[in-house]
Amino acid sequence: MMRTSRIAVMTIATLSVALLDACHKSPPPAPAAAPATRNNDSAEAARRAAEQERLRREEADRLARARADSIARSEAAARDAASAAASLRSTLTATVHFAYDQADLQPEDKATLDAKIPILQANTGVTIRISGHTDERGSDEYNLALGQRRAAAAKAYLVQHGIADSRIETISYGEERPIAQGSDEGAYSQNRRAEFEITAGGNMLRKP
Amino acid sequence: MIRLVKRSSYIMGLAAAVFSMSAVRGVAAQDTTFKGVMISGTYDPLRDKIGITILPVAGAYGDSIRTIISRDLDFSDRFTVIAVDSADPNALRPAAGGTLNYPLFARLSATAVVQITSGGSGLHVVLHDVGHSKIANTGDFPLSAAGLSRDWRQGVHRVSDEIERWMTGQRGIAATRIAFMRGQAIRIIDSDGAAEITVPTEVDGGSPAWNPSGSTLAYATHGTASRILVLDLATGRSKTLVGPTKNSIYLTPVFGGNGSTVVYSREGEHGSDLFSISVDGGNAAQLTVGRGTLNTMPTLSPDGRRIVFTSGRSGPPELYIMDSDGSNVTLLTNYDFSEKNYRSDPDWSPDGRLIAYQERVNNDRFQIRTIRVTGSTPKLLTNDGINEQPSWAPDGRHLVFTSTRSGDRQLWIVDTESNRLRQLTKSAGSKLASWSARLGGQ
Repeated sequence: MMRTSRIAVMTIATLSVALLDACHKSPPPAPAAAPATRNNDSAEAARRAAEQERLRREEADRLARARADSIARSEAAARDAASAAASLRSTLTATVHFAYDQADLQPEDKATLDAKIPILQANTGVTIRISGHTDERGSDEYNLALGQRRAAAAKAYLVQHGIADSRIETISYGEERPIAQGSDEGAYSQNRRAEFEITAGGNMLRKP
Repeated sequence: MIRLVKRSSYIMGLAAAVFSMSAVRGVAAQDTTFKGVMISGTYDPLRDKIGITILPVAGAYGDSIRTIISRDLDFSDRFTVIAVDSADPNALRPAAGGTLNYPLFARLSATAVVQITSGGSGLHVVLHDVGHSKIANTGDFPLSAAGLSRDWRQGVHRVSDEIERWMTGQRGIAATRIAFMRGQAIRIIDSDGAAEITVPTEVDGGSPAWNPSGSTLAYATHGTASRILVLDLATGRSKTLVGPTKNSIYLTPVFGGNGSTVVYSREGEHGSDLFSISVDGGNAAQLTVGRGTLNTMPTLSPDGRRIVFTSGRSGPPELYIMDSDGSNVTLLTNYDFSEKNYRSDPDWSPDGRLIAYQERVNNDRFQIRTIRVTGSTPKLLTNDGINEQPSWAPDGRHLVFTSTRSGDRQLWIVDTESNRLRQLTKSAGSKLASWSARLGGQ
């Protein structure tokens, strides 16, 4: 706002000078001035014109710079917003993990879930789907049940902390969709998890 | 001269079946010196098996019929099939109006000889009692389906099963099929590993289970709209029995009440419980009150009055038995509070005596065990690779299960009396088998 006013003032000043200049050039003033005076007047007029041209150039540069700055600033703002949204999204979709044959939430997983709560509260249009997964050990069918229980445990925590039940869907994939291959604890521990997927309202995430 | 090939020890598994067949061919190629008769077979005098010979079959598809029936009787684990071949098959058969050369087959240790004629409308089967030098039984079996089709094969398998009944008093299990999963598909294969097909199901269908007559399969779909469905195998159409319910997964259906009900597990947001519903729909009855624990994988006793299932109510999964209305729940497997064991996937044997299940043995891999319904020291049936998901054959003697013993997951069959093994499937990723009851006539 401030910047706009200053540009406006400068613009008016420039226009006034230009008008004066135009008045001076045509038609010649009457009565005619003495030659000496006229010579002095010519020098003064040329000086004024040069000065005028300098100001005009400076202003054009200033305007161009301001415009470029404004574009850069809005681009940066968009970048900031996108990165903020990406950060919100990644917090919202962060995975929680479980111990073998367990569906209880560990303290670090509660912290992961706690971080999601204010984002869900600030974005009431967002709905999510929690999918429960297991490692490859265990019975195929029992693992489908265990995966569902893990998803339900994560959902229950969010609902207890004030998120509407209707905004959270649960599903189990059992051991069918591992993210880590291999038959060792390193792979198993990554695969025993609940994943979070935004099913609606994820495009315009607001900061809490 | 007649050559009888004896093996002092029985070689187990598929390799043995292939080997014995190639041995037959090998002998046939080199020994044609005595009346054109050669004999071979897998023979183990230590086992109480009946020596039986299937004569070359005259008529349409004769070679295929003979191969299928010989294999069925071998897979029954009640017979030693003595293969006899001749450059002139008629030399082995009785002449028109004549009798079988009983002394010849007696010398070959054959207790019985099966003589089959393949005609236009079916098979005429004569069972010879070698010891008494007489015909023990005859039968005619209609075989109207196109030669070598799936239905035709079932018709031939029924002949094998009837021969077994004539000889032992108990019908065989050749005319049965096994439903299982490979990837996201439900498939069906004949008990001898032939005629494998994919059946049409809704997306993400799994956990197939046969109804008692073999006309339908119950299955569960997983994913976002989980349901229990019943597939009519004649029409290929699936009917939703229960579900979907928001935030719930439906699991592990089995038929009960002689096919009139389906017992299944449903898991919402507070653990999973067992339910029972009529195959005609209506309201489901809740059978377990798990209070947030997992209760799944039901299997019914043959009389339908009791259910064994897997529950995590005490921590790790264990097997429990209850009445079919949900009362009188007792722990079947010997759980110790200090143990971190894992026992699951039970299947109640058709004779009602045993329950097969999988157990993580020594906190390592799953192995198949059987336990008496009354509780006992469980018998360990496997130890090679990971072995799981047992399902009983209708004879209460054979089990199909998933095993990694050949590298990837395949279905295998074990004879629980002799521990003889054979590989049923030949494609990786096969699992969750369900063995049908004996399938009826065509």
